[in-house]
Amino acid sequence: MLTIKNLHAEVEGKKILKGINLEINKGEMHAIMGPNGSGKSSLASVLAGRDNYTVTEGEVWFNGKNLLDMSPEDRAREGVFLAFQYPVEIPGVSNINFLKTAVNEVRNYKGLPPMEAKEFLKLTKEKQQLVDFNTNLMNRSLNEGFSGGEKKRNEIFQLAMLNPSLAILDETDSGLDIDALRIVSNGVNKLRDEEKSFVVITHYQRLLEYIVPDFVHVLYNGRIIKTGTKELALELEEKGYDWLKETEHEKESV
Amino acid sequence: MINSNEIIDDIANKEYEFGFTTDIEMDIAPPGLNEDIIRFISAKKNEPEWLLEWRLKGFQAFKKLKFPKWQHFELPELDLQALSYYAAPKKKKQLNSLDEVDPELLATFEKLGIPLNEQKALTGVAVDAVFDSVSVATTFKGKLKEMGVIFCSFGEAVQEYPELVKKYLGTVVPHSDNIFAALNSAVFSDGSFVYIPKGVRCPMELSTYFRINAQNTGQFERTLIVADDNSYVSYLEGCTAPMRDENQLHAAVVEIVALDHAEVKYSTVQNWYPGDKDGKGGIYNFVTKRGICKGQSSKISWTQVETGSAITWKYPSVILQGDHSEGEFYSVAVVRNKQIADTGTKIHHIGKGTRSRIISKGISAGHGDNSYRGLVSVGPRAENARNFTQCDSLLIGNQCGSHTFPYIESRNKTAMIEHEATTSKIGEDQIFYLNARGIDSEKAVALIVNGYVKEVLNQLPMEFAVEAQKLLSITLEGSVG
Ligand SMILES: Nc1ncnc2c1ncn2[C@@H]1O[C@H](COP(=O)(O)OP(=O)(O)OP(=O)(O)O)[C@@H](O)[C@H]1O
Ligand SMILES: [Mg+2]
Repeated sequence: MLTIKNLHAEVEGKKILKGINLEINKGEMHAIMGPNGSGKSSLASVLAGRDNYTVTEGEVWFNGKNLLDMSPEDRAREGVFLAFQYPVEIPGVSNINFLKTAVNEVRNYKGLPPMEAKEFLKLTKEKQQLVDFNTNLMNRSLNEGFSGGEKKRNEIFQLAMLNPSLAILDETDSGLDIDALRIVSNGVNKLRDEEKSFVVITHYQRLLEYIVPDFVHVLYNGRIIKTGTKELALELEEKGYDWLKETEHEKESV
Repeated sequence: MINSNEIIDDIANKEYEFGFTTDIEMDIAPPGLNEDIIRFISAKKNEPEWLLEWRLKGFQAFKKLKFPKWQHFELPELDLQALSYYAAPKKKKQLNSLDEVDPELLATFEKLGIPLNEQKALTGVAVDAVFDSVSVATTFKGKLKEMGVIFCSFGEAVQEYPELVKKYLGTVVPHSDNIFAALNSAVFSDGSFVYIPKGVRCPMELSTYFRINAQNTGQFERTLIVADDNSYVSYLEGCTAPMRDENQLHAAVVEIVALDHAEVKYSTVQNWYPGDKDGKGGIYNFVTKRGICKGQSSKISWTQVETGSAITWKYPSVILQGDHSEGEFYSVAVVRNKQIADTGTKIHHIGKGTRSRIISKGISAGHGDNSYRGLVSVGPRAENARNFTQCDSLLIGNQCGSHTFPYIESRNKTAMIEHEATTSKIGEDQIFYLNARGIDSEKAVALIVNGYVKEVLNQLPMEFAVEAQKLLSITLEGSVG
């Protein structure tokens, strides 16, 4: 479903991604870990099409289409969803109105008519329960004044509403309390199916106890330097990243 | 990805939707401003002597007044002698019904979305259509008359209800108020007249639709609205003009009088031709609008959505004379390309317990320059006067300007005046967030802007709120990159 080949990207002249290779198949759950500043959010941004990143080399294919040729909105409509590490506040735009617009833009792209008000309401109710999303937040301005955890929960709620085929969750677990972490993880697990793929960016092994990944990748200095299974996350929890960095530097100096 | 400049250029070159002209036989006076032309206009309209005298007093005042210098923009050179002060579609004979209106004119208004045929007209809205200087048709006049509501062209009111006109004309905006109001007093062409009798709640929205068509003419209408005791009326004004190469002056005057317990809501959706991307050919919209809450517990509320014109320069104001009277001003002003807006309100608290509320939302895009200028004055007698002002600016892009000039003059210690102001910018990260949910940049801006102006649009009658919303998305299209 998603193939990333030798992806290089820079921002403001600074090289951030230095040759990422990654293959994600339908139904798979991938976790990406790595120290601060290693390029995890950058990778997510490049995939979502943020325009301050310049791709200097490499390719990204999504369901047979060249993702890098598409506008950010078209990527979203094609089924790429990014749950932001730092969701943006948009005063004056109600959460519900925003969601309705988003849902209908995606439908329109697929040649479907706008969703009936009743159907939309039903869908909203159903998905709200999935992540235990407070109804009060529906009518408030999008993310405005939301607590950190509420914002994260809103991202997952949107994910549930938009039902994409590839969801990239950028540190959705940070800022969530223990109960919320469980609720959100359960929500994600319920959304999992053999058609959908996930990329979960996280610093904490704890999340991966709830959402069990098929693969764990370590991103360091703009490259994936190690790939393993969920045991790798445990190992990282124990040993940190230094042992990997060392081997990486050894490789570099050869 | 599309280059931001490309979108901006694309939009700048986009045609103004209402820029067509109507080919119609006109009576046009030769250019020039002098006593003769004033006498000519007055005679053409078969006016009584007192009105001619009043016009001439206006002209005397005009000659003594100077163009102001305090505004936050450079006043363009105005050659008032080069303008024609009278332009009217030629009438074959006296019109007795709508069927006799020139079909070309009916078609023009239909094209503008203002059908004058009562069967097709928006239900619940009576329209007075003003084409260049004269009112061509007023709908639902008969129905309103049954309730005693007078809604007709100004010229007709002078003929039919001279005592009412004489009693109120110039009582809110005197003939010497400012140079543009003085000019209007001297040469005003037509406009609308409204009288709501005691105790009547006007059953439909009243609306005037102004259309400038002729070239090199000034447009000087005068609107007078009188709401007698315990009455209510909601009034709406809309306007468009064709695309021209020369800038055109629009110097209208609106006067509102609200007597005891009366309420008047006046809404404007202004979409005059803004000119090309440098403002060339756009309308200079220099109007004087003022209402007086003469009676106790009366209320006047201005709502304006200003999206057009090369320059918009106006301060719809309220004099709160009656005790416990109330004034409101809700405004959205949008500038893009090189448009200029210097607008706001003046509220004069004179009576006891008077209250006012000002909500101003400025939106600046492109090279637009938006100023809010407001005065809240509280007189010595205005015990417990209250004012709340909220003044927000939204910036789109890096080259636009936004300024706020709030003036407060209080001469009563019991007055409470609150002023809040915010400036925000539509950020790239906000747009990207919406993009990442499948919403393109133009829709994203529209979504943010609509959220931003909601509080003001909510004040408009339903149909017009929808219209205004559409207008806002058109005028802001492509303002982002
Ligand atoms: N606009 C920018 N200008 C300059 N440098 C940037 C910009 N955006 C990101 N970077 C840099 O790119 C590098 C990677 O950042 P990124 O946000 O991808 O890290 P991350 O792996 O997500 O880190 P964290 O775990 O802290 O979220 C960092 O060194 C960061 O400072
Ligand atoms: Mg990050």
